Amino acid sequence: MSMKTIPLRMMVSGQGGIISKVRANGELGRRIRDMGLVPGTAIKIQGRAPLKDPVAIRVRDFTLTLRNNEADHILVDVDEAS
Amino acid sequence: MNDPVSQLLIALAGNPNCGKTTLFNEITGARQHVGNYPGITVERKEGFFDLNGQRVHLVDLPGTYSLTAYSQEELVARDFLIYERPRVVINIVDASNLERNLYLTIQLLELGIPVVLALNMIDAAASRGIEIDSAELSRRLQVPVVPTIAKTGKGKDELLSTSVNCRGQDGSWSPLHISYGPDIDPVLDRMEAAISASAFPVGLPLRWIALKYLEADEQVIDQVREADPELSKKLEVLAEHVTEHLQKTLDSYPEAIIADHRYGFISALLRDGVISKNEKADRLFFSDQLDRVLTNRLFGPMIMMVVLYFIYQFTFNYSELPVRFLASGFSALGKLADSMLPAGPVRSLVVSGIIDGVGGVVGFVPLVLFMFFAISILEDTGYLARVAYMLDRVFRTFGLHGNSVMAFIISGGIAGGCAVPGVLATRTLRSSKERLATLLTAPFMNCGAKLPVFAMLIAAFFPARHVQAMFLLTLLSWIAALLLAKVIRSTILRGPSTPFLLELPPYRMPTFKGLLIHTWERTWQYIKKAGTIILAISILFWALMAYPELPEEKKDRFAKKRQEVLSDVPEPVRASLMEGREQGASFPAEVGAALVALRSVDYEEAQAALQYSLAGRIGSHLERLTVWCGFDWRTNVALLSGFAAKELIISTFGTAYSLGRSKRGADVPLSEQLAADPEWNPLRAVALIVFIMLYAPCFATVTCIIKEGGAWKWGLFSMIFNTSVAFMVAVVIYQGGRWMGVGAG
Repeated sequence: MSMKTIPLRMMVSGQGGIISKVRANGELGRRIRDMGLVPGTAIKIQGRAPLKDPVAIRVRDFTLTLRNNEADHILVDVDEAS
Repeated sequence: MNDPVSQLLIALAGNPNCGKTTLFNEITGARQHVGNYPGITVERKEGFFDLNGQRVHLVDLPGTYSLTAYSQEELVARDFLIYERPRVVINIVDASNLERNLYLTIQLLELGIPVVLALNMIDAAASRGIEIDSAELSRRLQVPVVPTIAKTGKGKDELLSTSVNCRGQDGSWSPLHISYGPDIDPVLDRMEAAISASAFPVGLPLRWIALKYLEADEQVIDQVREADPELSKKLEVLAEHVTEHLQKTLDSYPEAIIADHRYGFISALLRDGVISKNEKADRLFFSDQLDRVLTNRLFGPMIMMVVLYFIYQFTFNYSELPVRFLASGFSALGKLADSMLPAGPVRSLVVSGIIDGVGGVVGFVPLVLFMFFAISILEDTGYLARVAYMLDRVFRTFGLHGNSVMAFIISGGIAGGCAVPGVLATRTLRSSKERLATLLTAPFMNCGAKLPVFAMLIAAFFPARHVQAMFLLTLLSWIAALLLAKVIRSTILRGPSTPFLLELPPYRMPTFKGLLIHTWERTWQYIKKAGTIILAISILFWALMAYPELPEEKKDRFAKKRQEVLSDVPEPVRASLMEGREQGASFPAEVGAALVALRSVDYEEAQAALQYSLAGRIGSHLERLTVWCGFDWRTNVALLSGFAAKELIISTFGTAYSLGRSKRGADVPLSEQLAADPEWNPLRAVALIVFIMLYAPCFATVTCIIKEGGAWKWGLFSMIFNTSVAFMVAVVIYQGGRWMGVGAG
């Protein structure tokens, strides 16, 4: 099973993965980390809003929504196959 | 702060949506006090109660995910803990979402403040297959842990008695030390050494201050810098050094490493025996299933429109009866005062100034009450977060937030709302720039009081297109509000949008008690905060329209005119005429004719008095400017009165055109009068309609803007900005229309 790293924005609905890196700092970085999005965390895309943005993800037993341009800062390891 | 020793100060802390407010309501019931932290709009809720002879002062801190300095809520919570030093913090955590909730707990423990953990909503967690060994969690965290179900009050008593008993005996704090790895730990040690070697007066754990330097926390750094610049310089250099090092070696920041280690600490804490999940891996819970429909691409927006429409109907239709009841109560009171007081300035002050003013304040209460009730339902069920999620893309374009939609709709986004509850509805917005931009632009919507004016002008000049015209006006107000929001957000409130990152909490059934408390406390705040100012300004406006009075000679002239009318009719008729004037009985034809003549003298006098009053003079002076958009002094004075309340525009217009109030019946309606007036034409009417749509909100709204925006300048801004925009647009329409040859008047 080979892995590749893609930005969260590129993930499709239902796809899961492990966060490998959060590139944001400052307030956005802080908010992302406060919500538990740190490297090593498992996430899964739950869906997207009617206008495709924001994206809803499942993380640490809760649902979090974030805008696509915020999701750009988060890199995720996903299975090549999926 | 200055609690007597005998009082035990306890704070409630926790994430948003963890059931903190429910627990607070359960503990304090209706005996709670809601205020604001000085200078900002974050609510401060507190309550007092006795437990086994111990007086307890309980403060509900705003819900936060963290204790950084990025949001007002977090700053307030942190400052409270540091400066008011509660003896115990009850930290409420959502049992079904423990990892993220403990992130705040760790920060509380690092501060060293005594903590009691309330493991809340254990029932919901159990239904999701999550079991937590609270005794083991307590042993590992070294703090008491009490399982609770806030909604039913289960565990509440144990929680309180544990909290009262656990307070640090001497009030000293013992901070938790977490290892942040080989890069950070040595720096923290060196920073600690530097702080303890300095003369900096610390009431805080040294390591905590050191951490804040690494997290680049402006507030803490500023404070140290002010007290001891040399020490701060030293710490900044150390922080810079490690930041550089981390960027070179790991391509990371200290704050990222710190967060990683905190979450690592939490994972280790919960591993092996604290938490056990027997979930079927991908099971969809009820809440997720609901979301499949409620946030569906197709059904989501449709259902949302229905919900928003229902909220609107609920706010304005269901409140109609109490509104009417209050209105008739106040008008009866006015009549009573009218009949009891002798004619003169005192009667005028009491009836037109005070009673109308109080009526104006109280008249909004049912609206505000119903609006807050409806919004509380959306908030407490979790649906409001979904609205923000679905609409974010649209509103972000204009620099607003998905939840701005609520304020716009209530203000009149569906024609006929009211900007007072609309502005108050921005409370649900947590990001301050988006919130301010929303409350500044919501008044552009067509509120219920603007509609009769529009209806009158449309009836006069576009009688065949009533429905289309009204629809067009609604559309126009949305366009204006959104575009001007964009303008505001790219000028005075410039800056990137606040990070969105919004939690979609599981759908929950709200408790009726919670809804009532929520609704009432917000409504009461409106009455208390806005009420007094609205009353004061309404008295001021009464004076503006009533003074100075006509000079005696002019009054005499009108009196003489009346005498002339009276002397023209025979004696017996005169007697019945005097009586009829009071009672409105039916009379023979010649009496009727005399009556009309008398009434027109009354109107002329009212018009003369209005023109002579301060408001009238201001209106006349403004003609120099308003001639550009085609308004004369009559329009100006009507618009001026519209600042007191948009409802007054029509009646002032009537007076200015020396017309009677429409309720007296026989008079020519204002719209017909205007349609027949050669001074008026459709172009001028359009300019006026647009001006009324956009110009300064009524002062009740302005007062709410000041209170909700947290500063006088926002109230002033909304008056000046809106009026300037309205004026410019009206001038463009009027001059442009004339240039194109429309309605040369």
